[in-house]
Amino acid sequence: MRVIDVSEITEAVAKLCIDANYDLPSDVYQALKDAYEREKSPVGKAVLSMILENAELAKQRVAPICQDCGLAVVFLEIGQDVHFTGGSLKEAIYEGVRKGYKEGYLRKSTCHPFTRANVGDNTPPVIHYDIVPGDKVRIVVAPKGGGSENMSMVTMLKPADGLEGVIETVVNRVKEAGGNPCPPIIVGVGVGGTFERSAFLAKKALLRPVGKPNPDVELAKVEREILERINKLGIGPMGWGGTVTALAVHFEMEPVHIASLPCAININCHVARHKEIII
Amino acid sequence: MGDVIKLTTPLSDEDIMKLKAGDNVLISGVIYTGRDAAHKRMIQALERGEELPFDVKGQIIYYVGPSPARPGRPVGAAGPTTSYRMNPYAPKLIALGLKGMIGKGKMSQEVKEHCQKYKAVYFGAVGGCGALLSQRIKKAEVIAYEDLGPEAVRRLEVEDFPVIVVYDAHGGDLEEMGIKEYRIEG
Ligand code: SF4
Repeated sequence: MRVIDVSEITEAVAKLCIDANYDLPSDVYQALKDAYEREKSPVGKAVLSMILENAELAKQRVAPICQDCGLAVVFLEIGQDVHFTGGSLKEAIYEGVRKGYKEGYLRKSTCHPFTRANVGDNTPPVIHYDIVPGDKVRIVVAPKGGGSENMSMVTMLKPADGLEGVIETVVNRVKEAGGNPCPPIIVGVGVGGTFERSAFLAKKALLRPVGKPNPDVELAKVEREILERINKLGIGPMGWGGTVTALAVHFEMEPVHIASLPCAININCHVARHKEIII
Repeated sequence: MGDVIKLTTPLSDEDIMKLKAGDNVLISGVIYTGRDAAHKRMIQALERGEELPFDVKGQIIYYVGPSPARPGRPVGAAGPTTSYRMNPYAPKLIALGLKGMIGKGKMSQEVKEHCQKYKAVYFGAVGGCGALLSQRIKKAEVIAYEDLGPEAVRRLEVEDFPVIVVYDAHGGDLEEMGIKEYRIEG
């Protein structure tokens, strides 16, 4: 058994919140650079060159990559041989979010659903716990912006709709979203289990390195097909017309109920932030 | 891509009429910030017959909720937020003389029509470029609704703030034009 004091978790989460908001992951940066080369529209090219320059400025700590520093989504894989001491694990994560958003000069974006009063410290985060073999803890912080999250959806298709129905739904969703989610986007698709499981799979799909295909060759083919269809829409960077609307489509699939075909689409903007640490 | 046009606020009808969808514009001068919560309050103030926190005539509202300023800087990251949330409010302000909005994404048909009827323009700024855009903001000051935090109304002094004309006052729409040009059927 390994003992970990929860204060270590607080420090780790705080640092991850800050780093995620200032340092764009290198795979995302590379994908945007490639997109700049590929983009045919001059307006689209100008947008992509600004995005790349912005990433450099954020890295130098001029300001966060985006003013929407996101709702903190935290994925925790906890080795089953780990024992936490020193207080509540959940509270330690909350404290990490408070500290990170304060010390990193990050925007606090959580509020009451109806009065819209700002909570003030960006809590509560969304936490996904998973128990895995071993004595390590893996923490991923993926701050999620509202603009792209608002363009996401879960829908319960009929089994008869099949794969074509799923593809159609995804492409239509991206078409309707237009420039709202700050294209070029990354599209996470989740099909599996129940209503909430499919949403979780779609979210998790966004954590994959950009453009890394699903190991299943058939699914990888589906990903390529959806990506191609999305990029034919002509939406382009920021929705001002162009050939690069999405950088990648990541598809995750699991068995479903015999009566159902849940389909979730989680859209991420080009500020596809995530940072991780293994303790 | 259109030419680069330099504009200084406040804007006149003449300034607006020469802009076309797709033009790159660099804005200098004073602009104001506001998001949904601030707009809601402004419209409520109007309904009660009260004054707005600033006179919208000839002005531009930037849909932004900046992140906190780091020490020594006027403002934190300050890129645009999604504009459709302001659809219920923008037409009333345009009718009162507002000349421009800066945001991202589509706005409503009603907003488009108001741009034509009252000579106003919807500008787009590049979303997710908060650090870069913040460098074009030289001064920032909260002038109303401080309790809204990032959503408070701010008076910004900007220099060469880069935007593109999305809806012009002649019915032009950059999104429509762009998508038509790059869409591949089938
Ligand atoms: S969608 Fe993403 S890039 Fe655009 S404003 Fe929101 S967080 Fe920033």
